[in-house]
Amino acid sequence: MISRRHLLQTAGAAGALAGLPSFVRAQGAGPMLTPGVPSGVATYATMATLPGKKPLIRLADRPPNYESPLEYLRTPITPNDQFFVRYHLADIPEVKVETYRVKVGGDAANGQAELTFDDLKKFPAVEVVAVNQCSGNRRGLSQPHVAGVEWGYGAMGCARWKGARLKDILDKVGVKKECIEVGFNGADGPAVDKTPDFIKSIPTWKAIDPETIIAYEMNGQPLPHFNGFPARLIVPGWTGTYWMKHLTTIDARTQPQGGFWMNPAYRIPVNKFPVVNRFLTQENATSTPITEIVVNSLITSHRDGAIVKPGKVTVSGLAWDGGYGVRRVEVSTDGGKSWSDAKLGEDLGKYAFRSWSFDLNAKRGKNTVMVNATNAIGQTQVSQLIFNPAGYHNNVMQSITLNA
Amino acid sequence: MRTFALAAAVVLLASAALAQEQEIKLKPGAGLDKVEGNCAACHTLAYIPMNSPFLDAKGWDAEVTKMIKAYGAPIEDADAKAIAEYLKSNYGP
Repeated sequence: MISRRHLLQTAGAAGALAGLPSFVRAQGAGPMLTPGVPSGVATYATMATLPGKKPLIRLADRPPNYESPLEYLRTPITPNDQFFVRYHLADIPEVKVETYRVKVGGDAANGQAELTFDDLKKFPAVEVVAVNQCSGNRRGLSQPHVAGVEWGYGAMGCARWKGARLKDILDKVGVKKECIEVGFNGADGPAVDKTPDFIKSIPTWKAIDPETIIAYEMNGQPLPHFNGFPARLIVPGWTGTYWMKHLTTIDARTQPQGGFWMNPAYRIPVNKFPVVNRFLTQENATSTPITEIVVNSLITSHRDGAIVKPGKVTVSGLAWDGGYGVRRVEVSTDGGKSWSDAKLGEDLGKYAFRSWSFDLNAKRGKNTVMVNATNAIGQTQVSQLIFNPAGYHNNVMQSITLNA
Repeated sequence: MRTFALAAAVVLLASAALAQEQEIKLKPGAGLDKVEGNCAACHTLAYIPMNSPFLDAKGWDAEVTKMIKAYGAPIEDADAKAIAEYLKSNYGP
């Protein structure tokens, strides 16, 4: 069933818009959009409120694709009600805890199991703070533009996830040494049965990583419906496509997972990005699955074109990567000629957003501010877009203008 | 609910009950009825203005083909042609 009974309530209550500039109420999402997304987005997109959420940028409501405005990304932990929402398929059931089941098996499993929600909670509980970033985050900024959901900066968030290790669950049924991948399905499905169901897999080495978990808590609360209630897969360091929501099936496999969502979807050209951890059983001569998040940063204290007072201005934001950890964030106020270290905030773990701040001296007129993050293995952001047909991995250094 | 006809019926029935779903007013033009009748069965029409005005004729043809070949949209050949022509004429660069 297409279940949207109380899914789509447009923003209206002034109270629900607290924290956003008042003009948003009058003008819709236009001012909330990231500069550079296709101009068609501004012709229809408004802020809209899903149940349990604050107003988000509504790019699409069936299937639901809602982006966090920049103002929600000022803290290293993104509150649940401000976290972005991304679905591929429109048939999204409201899963009940009482009837929820996860089936564990597959041709590379020695046995089978069917776990209830309570069963998941009986495994040792593990916490990991990790960024969930949509593979297509910043697709809307690709030049030339490419087809797809035209995300700006906000198809990402970071939460403290708590749940059971996938490894412990796999150990319960026993996994053969021939297991090369573990596949996953969730409760959401397509509107027509010929549309491929959203099924994904990860390599066994990533599946048994002690920080790959089935999460039933997000920031100390049950997962919001639109973020995968009651339980979803957490694959720290890897893009959101693998983080199966409303998880229903765990499939230990001796053969590579097939299907549209593994190939041709969610692929990057081989040898184009500096990726360390590849998904080799899915790689071919020309393309490979997107895997780890590339090092990146974002100024979240100010929007491009913001008006500031001359003198000391504190610019701040976030930096993150695929799990090596952010080592350094640098800011340039002279168009990239010279760079100075920003002050890093609390380290919440190698998969988390790292906050940073930088004091600059704004002069009257235009002030440009650029930011560049470096991770623990020396990877930095790029100054020129590495174009690819799906618009993935855009970590071009951001540059904004402050008007003093 | 695993057939197209049923899905379409549900969408049509639901459209009255689910008045909250955002109404996307597409540009008037030849083929708009085919766009509304086919594309909206599976997804909001917002994807059309969202992916404009940068997709050129080749780009819109590729999108229509992807919907049919990759996503299994049951669209008649004549309708697919009308949809592609509408998109090229109204949402091209």
